[in-house]
Order: sequence, then C-alpha cells, then structure tokens
Amino acid sequence: MLIRKSAQLHYSDVTPRPIYLNRRRFLTAGSMALGALGALRAATTGSKLNAIKSPLSTSEQPTPLEAITHYNNFYEFGTDKEDPSKNAYKLRTSPWSVKIEGAVAKPQTMDLDAILKIAPLEERIYRHRCVERWSMVIPWIGFPLSALLKQVQPTSKAKYVAFESVYDSKIMLASAYAGIQFPYVEGLRMDEAMHPLTLLAAGLYGETLPNQDGAPLRLVAPWKYGFKSIKSIVKIKLVEKEPPTTWNLSAASEYGFYSNVNPERDHPRWSQTKERRIGEFRLRDTVKFNGYGDQVASLYSGMDLVRKYY
Amino acid sequence: MHKVLSSGWTKAFLFLLCLAPLLWLVWGYFHEQLGANPIEYITHKTGDWTLRFLLITLCVTPFRKLFNQPQLARFRRMLGLFAFFYGCLHLTTWVWLDKFFDVHEMWKDVVKRRFITVGMTGFVLMIPLAVTSTSGWVRRLGFVRWQRLHRLVYFSALAGVIHYYWLVKSDVRLPLLYGAILGLLLGYRLVTAKPFRVRHSGSSGPMQMLK
Repeated sequence: MLIRKSAQLHYSDVTPRPIYLNRRRFLTAGSMALGALGALRAATTGSKLNAIKSPLSTSEQPTPLEAITHYNNFYEFGTDKEDPSKNAYKLRTSPWSVKIEGAVAKPQTMDLDAILKIAPLEERIYRHRCVERWSMVIPWIGFPLSALLKQVQPTSKAKYVAFESVYDSKIMLASAYAGIQFPYVEGLRMDEAMHPLTLLAAGLYGETLPNQDGAPLRLVAPWKYGFKSIKSIVKIKLVEKEPPTTWNLSAASEYGFYSNVNPERDHPRWSQTKERRIGEFRLRDTVKFNGYGDQVASLYSGMDLVRKYY
Repeated sequence: MHKVLSSGWTKAFLFLLCLAPLLWLVWGYFHEQLGANPIEYITHKTGDWTLRFLLITLCVTPFRKLFNQPQLARFRRMLGLFAFFYGCLHLTTWVWLDKFFDVHEMWKDVVKRRFITVGMTGFVLMIPLAVTSTSGWVRRLGFVRWQRLHRLVYFSALAGVIHYYWLVKSDVRLPLLYGAILGLLLGYRLVTAKPFRVRHSGSSGPMQMLK
C-alpha cells in the first residue's frame, strides 16, 4: 500500500530539489567559490514532470529519495556508492539529443524535448534489483521504449537494440580507475525492448532525473538486474546480432547478456536467492524476474536461464 | 621520543584511538550517518580495519629497527589483538546480518565461494595467535616456537588481501595498494632475515618485546 501524506503536498515542497541533491556541497559552499558555482549550476536542472499513474505500478512503499540519489552505481563518476552524488553534477544534460540508427527506416537524431513528446509520460513505480543483492522501489517517470522504436520503424533486420551512454573523460575523471570499458553499452533483444514494461525514464519522484540516476534519459527494464538499465543514453542502434554489453565484456561468467533477476542462478561470488531492500534490516527472498514473471516469463520459454542464457 | 613511547599514557591513548573506528560505526548507525545501506557499510568498514590493523601490526618490527625505536614493540600485541577484534566484528556482521545464523548457508558459501574461503582462512589463522598472545603462552611454548607460530600472521594478512581482491567487482586499486604495502613489509623481513643470528637475542630480545 502506497501511503501519501496529502494529495496537495509535492515531493519538492520541502527543500528545493537542486539544493537538496547537492546539500553537502551547498553546506560547504560558504567560503568556497567553486562549491557555490557547482550548486548554482545544479540549480538550473531539475523541474517538475507531469505524469499519469500507471496500472503497472507496484503498491510497495517507494524507497526514500535520499537513498535513490545517494546510493548509486554510475562508475563513470566513481565506484563508491556516494561518488555519483558528488560528481555527476558536472554532466550537462541540456541540450541533449539521442542518435537513433541501424536497422530502421527512419534513422534520426532526436532532441530530448521531441522524445518526451512521443508518448504521454507515466509514473511507474517499479522494483529495482541490483546484481549486488540490494533492491529499491523507485517511482520512475517515463514512457514505453516501444513508442520510440515504432516511430523510427525498425526493419526486419532489427533483432536487438544496442544502447550507449554518454562518455566524456574530461568530466568523468574517476572513470579511468573503474576497471570497466567506456562508453558504457547495453542491449536488449527486440521483444524485450518492445515489451510494455520496458521504460524510457526521464524522471523520478515527480521531477526530471537527478544526474546521478542517469539524466536526462535512461532505460528501465525492471525484471533484469540494474546494470542492464543503462543511464544517460546518447545512442540507440538497432542491430541484427547480439550486441556487446559492458559488464559482460568485463566478466562474462558473472554477467550474462540476459541478466534476468533469477534466484536459481548464482553470481559466481554470491548467492542471488536473497536481497536487502534498502532501509530494511532482514533480507527478502529474491523472486524470479523480480516479481514480473507473469508479464515476461513467456519471452524466455524453452530457454535455459541458469546455465546458458543467464 | 623514547619517553613518549614508553609512557603508559601513550598506550592508553593508542588503545582509545584503535577503538575509534568502532565508535564511529556505532554512533553513525544510530545517527543514520552510514549511508543508504548501513549494514553493507559496517561489513566493509570492519573488513577494512581488520586488514589495516594486520598491516599496522606488521609495520611494528620494521619501524622499530629502521628508526631504532625498540619501545615500539610494546604496542605490537595490542595492535595484533585489535586486528583480531575487528576480524571478529567483520565475521559477526556476516554470520548475523547477512546469513542470520543459517549454518547450512554459511557452510555452502565457505566451500563454494573462493573469496569467502580465503577470508575465513585468514580469520581462522588469527585464532591461535590471539589465544597465545599472553606472556604465559610465550613461556609455555618457548620463544622460538612461539615466534614460529606467530609467523602465521603473514599468511593471515595475505589471505586478507586476496579476499579483498577477489571481492571487488572491477576497481582493484585499494586491494592492490594493500597488497603492495604487504609486499614491502614481507619483503623487508626477507631481506633482513639472518637465519643464523635470530636465536641470539640482543638488546631488543624476546622478553623486552613483550613488556
């Protein structure tokens, strides 16, 4: 059951969000001109997004914004969970465009504004399960990826969708030590990409995405481990062959192309049967397909998801 | 310097300093300062401090010799026991907050996951060292045998470094740094080893080191 204190109160009514998101920087900014500059720059981002409620939302209690914005894996900005909240303000998310190419009838480069007009924005409250055994519940705002793909008209050769994140080593200084290759790349099979659960998200908690959560546009595939949901997308390419994916390139035995949430398939270094929901003391049992099995299990009928297609 | 190092106050102060990481964890937990996943934070920090105290303990002998400060040896047992203490806390977080005392699950992890196998080995190797850390045990074993037994600490620290290296996903900078420090500390011992003179105790002989 989702408990809302009042219909009139908005998430941002307490502290202006840019100041909240950068409050540590804000607090130390006093005498530091640089810090103040950072806070100012951050203050130019983050605005309200109107969205309709979706029947695909879970009724579970969303994880607090504090945790969603200060416990991130965004290795371009550092490998500690709090690093992205400190460093991601450097990313300029406006102007922003996404190049869509490959096996499509209408390849094009689309501005973010145009992308956000493709379909009505929905609030989708999804469970989010990280491969590292923690989970959250996140009120995303976005629209189905299928709407964007239909607009560019995939050809019969389009069997997979390859995504690419923004990469700028000048602002992503920590990326040199992350131990994985950049730009970050991910991929989905065509039917996964066209699935109604698969979201292109532009916001969370009623506002545009904080940079550390993958602004301005990211993927959300809630039945897969979090690393499949690529952040800050700059390129989408429709291809015939299974595209390379970053963590698979780094350690193929640990991170497969599919990476569906699956308690039956251990990560080689830890069991995936349980997870810690952020904010909870006890562990929860992990559910196959992160609890979205009714909707997505049929995509994988006949496939060995433990040994072959993990 | 000699006066400071031999003062009882210094040892008391160092004792409190060694407790600081634990006090921070306790205070931080109750004041919500440990981030979004406090249990993970506690697990990582107690592990960090176990390895750090092992390395600090291994620094004592080289520093004592290089800087000619025999009084440093007074702190070695306490530092080593703090390594064991943080190791116990680290193990406890795993047994309690990760496995919730499920013995079957724990055993499965120990035999199946090499980073847990090696971490557990490092911990188990510390147990006889903690038990025999008293002056009474040195007498009972005789210094030579006692010292030989306590060389297990090298393997314990090595296991700690490997445990950490196998645990991280891709950013191996810190495990490599700890590994490099351990390499220096063990390398120093290798270079300065005098196999035929060890048993002739000089001014920094065994009983003095234990005071």
